[in-house]
Amino acid sequence: MAELESTFKNMFLSLVLICITFGAILAGVNELTKDPIALAKKTKLENAIRDVISDFDNDPVLEMYKKGIAPNDTIIIYPAKKGDNLIGAAVETQTMRGFSGEIRILTGLDNEGNILNYAVLHHAETPGLGDKMNPWFKTDKNNQNIIGKNLSQKTLKLSKDGGEIDAITAATITSRAFLDAVNKSSSAFFDKSTDADSGATSNDGTSGATSTDADSGATN
Amino acid sequence: MNAVKILTNGILKENPVFVLLLGMCPVLGTTTSAINGLAMGLATAFVLVCSNMVVSSMKNLIPDKVRIPAFIVIIASFVTLVQMLMEAYLPALYESLGLFIPLIVVNCIVLGRAEAFAAKNKLFPSFLDGLGMGMGFAFALTTLGVVREFLGTGKFFNIEIYSEQYASLIFVLAPGAFIALGYLIAIINKKQVS
Repeated sequence: MAELESTFKNMFLSLVLICITFGAILAGVNELTKDPIALAKKTKLENAIRDVISDFDNDPVLEMYKKGIAPNDTIIIYPAKKGDNLIGAAVETQTMRGFSGEIRILTGLDNEGNILNYAVLHHAETPGLGDKMNPWFKTDKNNQNIIGKNLSQKTLKLSKDGGEIDAITAATITSRAFLDAVNKSSSAFFDKSTDADSGATSNDGTSGATSTDADSGATN
Repeated sequence: MNAVKILTNGILKENPVFVLLLGMCPVLGTTTSAINGLAMGLATAFVLVCSNMVVSSMKNLIPDKVRIPAFIVIIASFVTLVQMLMEAYLPALYESLGLFIPLIVVNCIVLGRAEAFAAKNKLFPSFLDGLGMGMGFAFALTTLGVVREFLGTGKFFNIEIYSEQYASLIFVLAPGAFIALGYLIAIINKKQVS
C-alpha cells in the first residue's frame, strides 16, 4: 500500500521527518501552555491557603519557607501576616502512612496553635471511605471535629488510640495518617516562631471560643 | 461503504468497548463518575480523530516496515498535546483523570484504528471512522460512568438523586466496574441478537 520502498534511507528519512515535525508542534504547544499551567497551579495553592487561613494581606506563597524535620520529610510553611504582624500560617505537611500512599494536608494555624481549618491537597485513599477525610474532620458531630483544637501543647490522637478524635468509619488507617500530618504542622510552625509563647498554655480553655472564628471559613 | 455506515459502525455495530472490548484499562479505571467518563471519552475521541487523519494523509510517506513506530510517535504527540491543554485550561479535570491521560497512547483502539483503517483509506473516511469510534468510546464510558455514579453515590452528573446512605459503594470501587460493565455488555449483546 505504501508508495515508499522500505529501504534504509527511506525509513530513516521518514522517521526523522515525523519526529522533527511533531517535536516542533509539541514545543510550540508547550510554550503556549506553560504560563497557564503555572498560573493554574498557583491559583490552586492560593485558594487552598485562603481556605484554611483568612484575613491576611501579604503574599504567603512568596514568603514561604521550608523546614526539614526528618530525611525525606520537608514541611512547607506559608506565613500569613496582617500588616507586619504574623497572624498564623498555612502549613503543608505530608505523611506516607496513608492507606494508599502519600497524603498532603494544608493546615491553617493561628499564633496560639489553634487549628483554623485544613485542606487536603493530595491523596489516593479509597473512594467513599478514606476520601471522606475532607468533610469528616470539619463536621461538628460526636468527637470528629478538629477545627479549633489547640496543637501547641498536645498532639491529636484517635479515640481508639487513647485520644479524643473519632476516626472515619471503616478508615482508621487513613484517619491515623491524617492526624499524623496535622500534628506535624504545629511542631514545625512552633519550632521557631513562637517558642516563648508556649508558656501561656491557658489557651486550651479558649480554644472553644476561637472555633467560631474558624467556622466562618469552614462552612463546607 | 458509505459515509453514514462508517460513522455508525464505531458507535453501535463495532463499539470499541461493548463489542470489541478494547482499551479496558481506562474504561474501568476512569468511569467512577459520569463527568470523568465523558471527559476521558472525549479526550480519547480527539486523539482518535487527529491521529486517524494524520496517519491517513501521511500513509504514502511512511515505509511499511517502520509504520508502527511512526504511528506511535503521531499518537503520542496528540496525547501529550491533550495533556498539556487539559492541565492548562481544565486543571480540576486533569487532576481527577491524572495518570490515565498519558495512557491513551497505549490504548489499543487508537493504534488499532490507525493500523486497520486509516492506513488503508483516504482522509475523509478516516476522519469519519475516528469520529465514529471516538463517539462510540465516549458513549460507552459515559454510560458506564452514569451507571456507576448513580448506583455508587446516588448522583447523576453530580446532582443528587437519592441519599448516598442507600447507595452501594462497591460500584465506585474496582469490583463494581467489572460488574456494571458485564451487565452493560450483556444488555447490548441481547439487543444486537434480537
